[in-house]
Order: sequence, then C-alpha cells, then structure tokens
Amino acid sequence: MKKIKKIILSVPLIILALVLCLAAAAPSSAAATMREGVLRWGGDSEGGFPYMFPNPANSDELIGFEVDIVNEIADYLGLEPEYVNNAWDNLIPGLSRGLYDIAINGLEVTPEHEEAVNFSIPYYKTFLQLAVRRDDDKGISEIDDCHGKEVGTLKESYAEMILEELGDVNIHTYIVEANTYEDLQNGRLDAALFDSPIAIYSAGFNPSIKFVGRPVGEITYAIALPKENRELLSDINRAIVSLRDSGKLREIYDRWNLWSPMMAELFNDYSPRAIEMTRYDEWAEAHRPQLSMTGRLKRYAGFLPAFGRAAVVTILVSVTAMAIAILLGLVLAITRVFAPRWLAAAATGFVEFMRGTPVLIQLFFIFYGLPNIGIMLSPFWAGAVGLGLNYAAYEAEIYRSGLFAIPRTQWEAALALGMTRWQAMREVMLPQAIKVVIPPITNDFISLLKDSSLVSIITMTDLTKAYGQLAAAYYDYFGPGIMVALIYLLIGLPFVKFSRFAENRLAEQDAGGKRGSDYNFYRSSTRWL
Amino acid sequence: MVNLPEESLIVVESLFKSFEDGEILKNINLNIKEGDLVSLIGPSGCGKSTFLRCLNCLELLDSGYIRIGKVELNRHPGQKPDEKMIATAHEMRSEVGMVFQSYNLFPHKTVLQNVMLAPVVVKKMNPDKAREIAMTQLEKVGLKEFAGKYPGTLSGGQSQRAAIARALAMNPMVMLYDEPTSALDPQLVGEVLQVMKALDAEGMTQIIVTHEMQFARDASDYIVFIDAGEIVEYDDGDILFTNPKKDRTREFLRHFNGMGMAVNC
Repeated sequence: MKKIKKIILSVPLIILALVLCLAAAAPSSAAATMREGVLRWGGDSEGGFPYMFPNPANSDELIGFEVDIVNEIADYLGLEPEYVNNAWDNLIPGLSRGLYDIAINGLEVTPEHEEAVNFSIPYYKTFLQLAVRRDDDKGISEIDDCHGKEVGTLKESYAEMILEELGDVNIHTYIVEANTYEDLQNGRLDAALFDSPIAIYSAGFNPSIKFVGRPVGEITYAIALPKENRELLSDINRAIVSLRDSGKLREIYDRWNLWSPMMAELFNDYSPRAIEMTRYDEWAEAHRPQLSMTGRLKRYAGFLPAFGRAAVVTILVSVTAMAIAILLGLVLAITRVFAPRWLAAAATGFVEFMRGTPVLIQLFFIFYGLPNIGIMLSPFWAGAVGLGLNYAAYEAEIYRSGLFAIPRTQWEAALALGMTRWQAMREVMLPQAIKVVIPPITNDFISLLKDSSLVSIITMTDLTKAYGQLAAAYYDYFGPGIMVALIYLLIGLPFVKFSRFAENRLAEQDAGGKRGSDYNFYRSSTRWL
Repeated sequence: MVNLPEESLIVVESLFKSFEDGEILKNINLNIKEGDLVSLIGPSGCGKSTFLRCLNCLELLDSGYIRIGKVELNRHPGQKPDEKMIATAHEMRSEVGMVFQSYNLFPHKTVLQNVMLAPVVVKKMNPDKAREIAMTQLEKVGLKEFAGKYPGTLSGGQSQRAAIARALAMNPMVMLYDEPTSALDPQLVGEVLQVMKALDAEGMTQIIVTHEMQFARDASDYIVFIDAGEIVEYDDGDILFTNPKKDRTREFLRHFNGMGMAVNC
C-alpha cells in the first residue's frame, strides 16, 4: 500500500523467491481453510490508519476498514476470523509458509506479487491526493504545477515514483505522514502527495490544509491467497461480489469516509451516501484537539499493559535464546579445543558462518525457509533458536579465549595430582575461566536483548513492535519512544547488577578480598607519574 | 652405584625423549632406592626438568622403560601410545607427587581446598576424611593457620609449602620437585628446604631438580649430574663435589667455586 517498494528487491523478496523455488513440493490443502471453521487472516497492525490500526480509545483492539471487510467476508462464509500479525514486508512470504489463509493489508495487485500469490477481485481502488495550504500562495492546483516546488511524500512510495517522473520537483521524503503535513502547514513544503486514504486521515480534518487537483494514478487493493488454494479463492471472490452487491462494502466505505468517484465507478454504484461516516468522525475527533500534558500522560499510562505484555515476550525470547547460546557455545568451545581435528574444524566453520552472516537473514531463513524441508518452528522458537544459534558463536569464542587465558601450568598442576582431563577441566580450568568470561557474556546478553527486536519480523509482538504499533496509531513517536527505551534499560539492569556482583565475589579471591572489580589501578597513585 | 634393580623403588632404563627442536634425553638409566633423596643438577636446558616430567608422565617418553613401585611403563621406539599405555601413565602419575617452580596453586580455592581437592576428586574420598588429611599435611608444613586463606595472600615460601602439602595429600610413593626454590627470595628458601629435610627423615623418596648446591650436597643421598641429555656422573654428594671423576662435572662445579663451595679440583 503506502510503501510500494521500487525496483530494489528487499530481503523478504529474496527469501520469497527462495521459498517459491522450494515450494513446488508443498502439498495442496484439501480443506478450504487451514482449521475448520476458522479464517486465519494476516495483516500488519503497524500498517497504519485507516487500513488497520490499534483503536486510539483502546490500544488492545484492532480497527480499520480492512478489519471490517474481513469480518464481513468471514461472516458471509460462516467462518470465525482469527487475526495473525506479521510485518507488512513479510505478508506474502507468510502466506507461502502457511501462517494464515489470506493476507489483507493494502496489498497491491502488481505483476511481482501475482507471481507469488493469487489475488481476489479488488475490494478497493484509490489514487494519490495532492494537498496544499488553504491560503496557498504558490498557485498549485494540479500535480503538474509542482515543477520547481517543494513537495513532501512517503519514502520509497508510489507517490515518490510519480514525483520523480515529473522531473524538476524538489522531493522531500518522510517516514511519518504527520511530519509531512506539519511541514506543509508551517511553510517548509508547498505541497504533499499521498495515497488518498492516508491523506484523508492525516489532514482531512485540518482546517489549514486543503486537497486540490484531479486524482493522480491508480492503486488497486485485493486479498492475497496462496496459489494452491483455489477453492478458498473462489469463496472469497463470491463473498466480495455478494457484499458489493448487497451494499455491505459500500456501508463500510461510507462509515470510514473512503467512498470516492473512483469507487463508484469500480462498484458501478452512483447512489448518494446513505449512512454517517461515524468511524472517520471518531478519528477526526481524537486527533483534532491538541492534547494537554495530563491528557498525554493519561494516554501513556494506557500504553503500559500493551508494553508490559510485549516486555514479557522480549524477556522470554531473550532468556531462552541466551540459554541456548550459553549451552551450545560451551559445546562448541569444548569441541574446538578438545575434539578430533575434523570435528573441531566443523565447529570452527559453524562459528565463522554464524558470526559472518546477518542474524536478520538467519531468522528469515529459519522461519520462512526451513518449512520447505519440513522444519516448521513456531515464531517463538524460530526467534529463540535463531538468536540462540547466532549468539552461541560469539559465546564459543568468549569461552575459548577464557580457557586460554588460564596459564597452562594450572592444567599441568591438576594433571600432576592425578586428575583426568575432564576433572582438571571441571575443577580447575572452568571455574577460573568463568571469572574471565562473565563481563563479556553479560555484555553479549544486553546486546541480545536489543537484537531480540528482530523477532518482530517473524510475527511476534515484542517491545519494538509494540512501540511501532502504538506510535503509528497516535502519531506520537516521542513519548512511547522514551517509555520503550526505559523498559529496555530496566530489563537489562538486573543482568548488569548480577555481573557486578559475580565479579566482586570472584575478585575476593585476589588479594584476600582487599579489592573488588571496581579496583582501578590506572587511577591509583600512578596517575601522578 | 651398585643398586640392584630388585631393591629399587624407581627404575629407569634406556629412556629417550625428543622434542621438535632436538633430542633432550639420550639413553637415561637410573635406579633409586626407597627413602633416598636424590638431587638432579646440571646446566640450564640439560634435560633435568624434562626427565622429571617424564617420571610423572606429564611428558610421555619416546622409548624406554620406567618402573615406579609396581607400575611399569614400557615403550618401544616408534610405538604409538595406545589406551593401555595412557592408562598406565595415568596410574603412574597418581603414584607421584609433583611440586613446581611457580607453585601453581589453584587461585580460586583456599589453601585447605587446594589440598583437599585431589583426594576428593581423584580418590573419591569423603570430604570430612579429606579435610582431616589435608589439615595433617598443612600442619606438617607449618601452614595450619593459613588453611582458610586464598593463595593470592601467601608469600612465596608459604605457597611452595602449601603446594608440597597438596602433593603429599595424595599419599604419593615419590615426590618430584622441579626447582622448588628458584622463584623464592633467599630468606624464604630455608623454610622450604626444611620441609624437604623433614620428609627425608620420615623416609619419603624425593627427587629434586635444584640449583641449591649447598642443600644438594648436605641433604642428598645421591647427586646426579646431567649434561646435554645424558647422566654424566651419579654419586654421593660429598664425593661428587670434592672429587668429581669427569671433566664436564668439574667444569660445571667450578662455576660454584666463587659461591663458597669447597670443590677440590
């Protein structure tokens, strides 16, 4: 939808190509949906208004015109809708992986997409909307008047492409729509070009901004289904036709203030509006007045349960991944040090491979790639195993350097006492090595805690994902940003404390406990020299 | 030099050992009786430390024969070490106590834990029993009141005495010392040598690689002079020092003339 990737193929698309190459052997499902009586549908709650977004009044509830459409379709087919969250970039790979029956979230019917999935008949068609200041002094009334002017739009969007084709336009790209309209309002921009629904929901209620010009371009949205499920495709098409003809869809678009001449043409329905645009009014009401400080704080307090649940996900996935990393890292390190040469070389190869490739690719591969060879992990385990394998490589190196930091004479002294190699390792070498490795391991854990934000790309709602959802729903990246940063810090704090404590305990053996880990000889009397 | 093999506690025959950079031990033959205190002397790099490490199998001999007590290790030239040989080496190591130049106490354990560790781990001894034995050994070396301290807090002499107690706790048949006093301040050497003399009086068999010529001469039953990987001379301390038979021995001992050693050349 709003982010139409240009020719640059993003990582998900590469994975998608990989998935498609291997997917030939996938069995075609006999039933229309994966689970009887349930329609699992994939979308991205961060996708934004008015498509699907957390209800400003209650951030646990997902609303949006696409949510209404899915509910109507499911109702028509006698199925129970079940929402599956996934990052927008991965909605189509998620279909191939069998995460859900259908995907809907402003997915455009493009040739690249059609190679990967089947599309239903379109449920919505829209265009790009030009907006200027109400007291426009630059004389812009059509897209062609933008030559030589300052125009803002979304980064890497269809609108950006259109503006580039115009030629001598000074294009300013933004990540957040709200900032674009703010700059238009304060004169930094002369015009803004956005998908019509986004324009309506960003600035339609703003008295100092007006929409001008004819519709620009054409954008068609349809529901995506896996290639092999033709039965469900015809069911969905039947549902859309029926809902269109019965006026149910029209009602939804009216409620959301998304009906347009283009839609009238698509549905061949030229009748006047019959019901109030209640959903749009709620939105406009929530966003028109500037919130007071207490209002803001109250809203932030309302975020806490969502952040709390997300923090639990972050902690669980991080702790599980770290447990895997610590244990597997130990096995790898011991293999590299003690096993026969060929086995040690294999362990070295594993370490270099895991350290040398991005963890993002590894997660994509485990989650979307492995199902093709029959290994299907849940999002949680895919995330924990992916991060765990990656960090095991780092832990192995830490252990290895820890083992070699202990003098060889300690090893000989233990053997000379009649210990076996294993006993010497367990009683003498490892306890001393632990002291050396605790600080770097703690460091790694804090790093892992932050890297766990990557699990949001495999459908999990962790802290970072929750931040994206809430910030996108409220136009507010500031307050929630500070909240989420503080939560990350709080989660990391106990591990930092534990590390200090352990270091101090172990340091007591040196010099009879006269100094702990805080002892800093660089700041001793030698600093005068 | 008239040791009959059947009375000897330690027998070494035709022992050879090489490292990548050359042959270190060339045909070592030596018998040591139970209760003897034998000093190994010789210039640096002559192979005396390697010989000691071969005796407790920290280095596996290339070929030759070693018997300590009833444990026999025999290796033909070119023979690959097999399971049986490794097991024998391990068995031999547990009959032998070793004391290193740099003490090598375990810094993460207290003095008492250092001494208790091997009996508990290797001999699976009951910890209470092991503690009792450890305290007896610590008392013997005069460190009873240091039992709860960490090695980092001990002086060099105390550390080396603790290391001796640690080796004794395994009740070894023979004690090996690899330059036990070389890292010590001169005034601390005496307390370590004192412990070794006391052990000699108890009848412990001891082999000492040392540069303490006075001690070697006074305390040893025999002194072995090793040079360039070979035993050059093997004799009673006084005889070796006052009347060496070989030129190489005389040459080496002349070095100590200036240090007040009475060498009759």
